[in-house]
Amino acid sequence: MRATRSVTPWLFVAPALVWLLVFSLWPSLNTLRLAFTNASPLGGATEFVGLQNFETLLGDPQVWLALLNSVIYMAVCLPLLTLLPLLIATLVEKKLPGIAFFRTAFYTPVIASAVVVGLIWTWILDDRGIVNEMAQALQVVQGPLPFLTDRWLLLFSAISLTVWKGLGYYMIIYLAALGNVGRDLHEAAAIDGAGAVRRFWSVTVPGVRGTMTLIAILVCVSALRVFSELFILTNGTGGPGGQVQSLVMLIQQYARGFTGNIGYASALSLLLFAVTLVPMIALARINSKADR
Amino acid sequence: MSTTTTTPEPALGGAQGAVTPGPSVAGARPPRRGRRLIGIDSMGVGERILRYVLLVFVLFISIGPFLWQFSTSIKGSGEDIYTRTPSFVPAEPTFQNYVEVAQAIPVFGYIANSLVVAAIDVGGNVLFATLAGFAIARLRFRGRKVVLGLFLATLVLPGEVTIVSQFLTIRDLGLADTLLGVALPGMIAALNVLLMYNAFRQVPEEIDQAAVMDGANAWQRLVHIALPAVRGTIAVVAIFSFIGAWDDFLWPLIVLTTPDNFTLTIGLQYLSGTFGNDQRLVAAGTMIAFIPIAIVFGCLQRYFFKGLEEGGVKG
Repeated sequence: MRATRSVTPWLFVAPALVWLLVFSLWPSLNTLRLAFTNASPLGGATEFVGLQNFETLLGDPQVWLALLNSVIYMAVCLPLLTLLPLLIATLVEKKLPGIAFFRTAFYTPVIASAVVVGLIWTWILDDRGIVNEMAQALQVVQGPLPFLTDRWLLLFSAISLTVWKGLGYYMIIYLAALGNVGRDLHEAAAIDGAGAVRRFWSVTVPGVRGTMTLIAILVCVSALRVFSELFILTNGTGGPGGQVQSLVMLIQQYARGFTGNIGYASALSLLLFAVTLVPMIALARINSKADR
Repeated sequence: MSTTTTTPEPALGGAQGAVTPGPSVAGARPPRRGRRLIGIDSMGVGERILRYVLLVFVLFISIGPFLWQFSTSIKGSGEDIYTRTPSFVPAEPTFQNYVEVAQAIPVFGYIANSLVVAAIDVGGNVLFATLAGFAIARLRFRGRKVVLGLFLATLVLPGEVTIVSQFLTIRDLGLADTLLGVALPGMIAALNVLLMYNAFRQVPEEIDQAAVMDGANAWQRLVHIALPAVRGTIAVVAIFSFIGAWDDFLWPLIVLTTPDNFTLTIGLQYLSGTFGNDQRLVAAGTMIAFIPIAIVFGCLQRYFFKGLEEGGVKG
């Protein structure tokens, strides 16, 4: 490689760089500025209001509910989505006949829109949908379970949808990592008489630990960013009394319309950013400590 | 009985060769693990059966809901869909519900809108992420590290955080409530630039060096040497961009207000909001949105998985 002074490299990166500046960097700085204003979605005069948006935010019960929902979302998704996809990945790793079909099929929920799968689950979990009808036919329950109208059941329905949709996505990431786990280790463990379960915990899991940390971070951050699942399952209402909302749902509400408040939506955006940094930093720390 | 192990497909022309980036030991690449016989893969009949049972179980969980929705979508209005003993196979399959969706909402217009957005995003990402990724990985220029750092830094920034001020940018550009406004921000994604950067970095350097000696310019090195080696990753970028644009919900929901401009996902939400009590109709609508992308993915899945194995997402 020679160091060129030519403009060619800059011509190559220019479009991407312009996009980065216009659609990432500038909006970030602008969000920071807007959070201290009373900007409206409809334009018009904008004034600086100091810390007012943040004071409102701290006293807003909707915000605290959204944070509570997010923590529950994260706490349930984290163990399920770091372990189950790894189990599935070990299942599709072996090149058995027809394995390409299974891999593709397991990935299908990932390629479908959250709107599509949200509507599918809305029908499955409906008061008169297949789950409730079968449960009643088998006399597990007397009446239909209110999956889509009870606050907590709604939250867990959305979580199960997120987990279901995430299995294939994380499976693929694990699959790439499994290719790098030493075959020799598995072989040695097998010769020593370690069973499949033992080998999973003592060879596979340590072998993909780095990937596991990455996935744990991805799972946490995407749990905090959840929007479509909750929006579709609650038909945009946020559940009974708006109790099943996420931060992103609140941001979306304040971003548009006559009642919108861009300043407040920006303060919420900063809160969202701060919240997503927590699992990133925490898990990166845990991982680097384990390395020592 | 023992079968041969299968290490990941050695992708295209030694793409997995150089493990360490940068100027490593020239010429001496670590030997690739070949195919060899290993005892652990000798799978008993019992294990085989167990594996297939588990595979079918996961299959049932992952595609069962889609099949159930499809079944509902082709059930006629004479068939009771709210029953204790639901039948998976419709008594009299019909496509009447699909016809009715087209009458209820301008579904073909929505499909066209989604295709416009997807085409812009796929084209933009394939072209510009490739150019930028190549320049950062293979061309030396002042500020290269800074540029790379900028792209990396955006990874910790969830898109939802900037979505509000992004809407203001689009509005100020006069693009609120337009398809271009929906497509524009996703036209060049930082993640795709990094994917391409990662792929180009793994192309053996010696070949590139030889081309430089022969007086090849940057464009020739890209087209003739680097591109053929990263086709898999380009496929991944194209597929991810298409899925991202086709499936996106939050951003078009914020940008679009006029029903004629709706993309398919917004249209579907509108359909379920208006005809929510007719599950057959909603089911047909979801299938209209799902089947095209399932077909596209089914056709391209070989390139997709191969591209991922090339090392696209390992970094």
